[in-house]
Amino acid sequence: MATDTAATTEVSEDGVRRRDWIHIAALGTAGVGGASVLFPLISQMAPSADVLAASTTEVDVSAIQPGQSIKATFRKQPLFVKRLTADEIAKAKADDASDMRDPAKLADRTKAGHEDVLVTMGVCTHLGCVPLGAAEGENKGEFGGYFCPCHGSHYDVAGRIRKGPAPKNLVVPEYEFTSDTVIRVG
Amino acid sequence: MSFAWAKQYEPQSAFTKWIDEKLPLPRLVYNAVGAGYPVPRNLNYMWNFGVLAGFCLMLQIVTGVVLAMHYAANGLVAFATVEHIMRDVNYGWMLRYAHANGASFFFIVIYLHIFRGFFYSSYKAPREMIWLLGVVIFLLMMATAFMGYVLPWGQMSFWGAQVITGLFSAIPLVGEPLQIWLLGGFAPDNAALNRFFSLHFLLPFVIAGVVILHIWALHIPGSSNPTGVEVKQESDTVPFHPYYTAKDGFGLGVFLILFTAMVFFLPNALGHPDNYIEANPLSTPAHIVPEWYFWPFYAILRAFTGDLTIPFTGIVLVQAKLLGVIAMFGSILLWFVLPWLDKSPVRSGHYRPLFRKFFWFGLIPTMAVLFYCGGAPAEEPFVVLSQLATAYYFLHFLVILPIISQIEVPKPLPFSITEAVLGKDKAPEAPRAGSVDGGDLGAAPEGSLQPAE
Repeated sequence: MATDTAATTEVSEDGVRRRDWIHIAALGTAGVGGASVLFPLISQMAPSADVLAASTTEVDVSAIQPGQSIKATFRKQPLFVKRLTADEIAKAKADDASDMRDPAKLADRTKAGHEDVLVTMGVCTHLGCVPLGAAEGENKGEFGGYFCPCHGSHYDVAGRIRKGPAPKNLVVPEYEFTSDTVIRVG
Repeated sequence: MSFAWAKQYEPQSAFTKWIDEKLPLPRLVYNAVGAGYPVPRNLNYMWNFGVLAGFCLMLQIVTGVVLAMHYAANGLVAFATVEHIMRDVNYGWMLRYAHANGASFFFIVIYLHIFRGFFYSSYKAPREMIWLLGVVIFLLMMATAFMGYVLPWGQMSFWGAQVITGLFSAIPLVGEPLQIWLLGGFAPDNAALNRFFSLHFLLPFVIAGVVILHIWALHIPGSSNPTGVEVKQESDTVPFHPYYTAKDGFGLGVFLILFTAMVFFLPNALGHPDNYIEANPLSTPAHIVPEWYFWPFYAILRAFTGDLTIPFTGIVLVQAKLLGVIAMFGSILLWFVLPWLDKSPVRSGHYRPLFRKFFWFGLIPTMAVLFYCGGAPAEEPFVVLSQLATAYYFLHFLVILPIISQIEVPKPLPFSITEAVLGKDKAPEAPRAGSVDGGDLGAAPEGSLQPAE
């Protein structure tokens, strides 16, 4: 190579070459460019706008009789809405203090003034099966709430895990009463 | 293969040594596109388009695989899923526009790559196989692009599928059953859409396979160059890396600027508005044309308006429809025999005065006319223009090129690439006349023979 390139290829005392600059600049530019291309490619896998738009559900709870449950759908997953009887409320409150895997009071799992309405996801916290107990005549488990047939998790009337492999209570989604009879989940 | 002076891959760390013993993939890359591949030192920017075509293929595969995650190949929902991609999927609009314009840019790049091949006669020995594989890639690309255009299931998609599969119905006897078999029905419908989607997903990987063969075949004689004089000595070459990685990198930058300008500012400029109307089997758009990259061949197809008959008897030998189809496919299949039609031992158009005249004033205007007429409505004067251009197209390859290669007196070639670049070559001055092998250089590959003048 000709001598006029010596300045760029010569290694200085601390091991720095002038040409290092162009390597860093080129790789830096390519890196930023590559990353900005990567972002859309990863982002496109996330829920699309139509999926996100379907992420709230309104449920009319007025027709549910005490002791009865209905199944609704929230984010394409089953949602259990149950109206507790006076007996069940008393039983759940009595259990509030007992030893549970995931301690929670009934009052924490319902809305003030609507203590008889229990809204939970119908998704077992073990591996995601749909527990039984929401429909007439189904096995409600040892604690009278829900029973997951896949791996034998027993939930009580307040949807709290009492026995079996599931680690958590049935999830209570974010929801609010938009009127006395209608809830909006999500 | 490589030239004797090619740099050898030397793994440095214990890990790269271990890899090199078990699976020498880094060595393969080093010898293919790294410092281990000596390349003529005089390549101009026309030699960028191979790497760019490879980039386009990767671009199409990446964006295409992503689009397939959101698309459904079902006649009932296909059009809606494309709109779903455009409106709902995160960055879906960008990925789809990149894929659609990516196809156009792939063809721009490929046409420039082929143009380079024509002008510098890259198809000549010892590189015939590279050329033949390239024609195969081009045919696969056309099939892939056509089937991809059907997938949005708009009006142009539907009628494009109808017209292109209709080409096969021109074949005598088996034509119409063949068309029905290709479509899986009497008109394009779900069956056709599904199989086109399946094949549109498959073919790019077939192309990638043929591209590997194409590059493999290239590495046997090594790259050609603008003088057409083969590499004779070390001073004729530079290592691919960093010299051509840098030059190709610059070309890639220019390409990306143009490409992103189209994607972000003119995303539908090359498309047809009619394709945003859902497929309707009962209504054909008034002006139906293929995508721009098919126009020259579409013009050849439409140039045949009369049957081939025995004069004065009225007996039809070949129908116009079939003639058009034969000519259209023939215009590309012709390229398969190009290495044997152009017998001139001189490669580069720069040293072929007669060839160059016919190239710039014959072939290139002809292609421009065919391109324009292919996109124009099928009426006068475009029909006559297409007919004249089609006639010249075949005349050029089948008659003019073989004759030129016999009668032309080429300009004197430089002794070597080094001489062409520097104006002088200190290496063997003696064997200038007669033999052109440059003496006992040993490493010069087969086919490095050049005529003395």
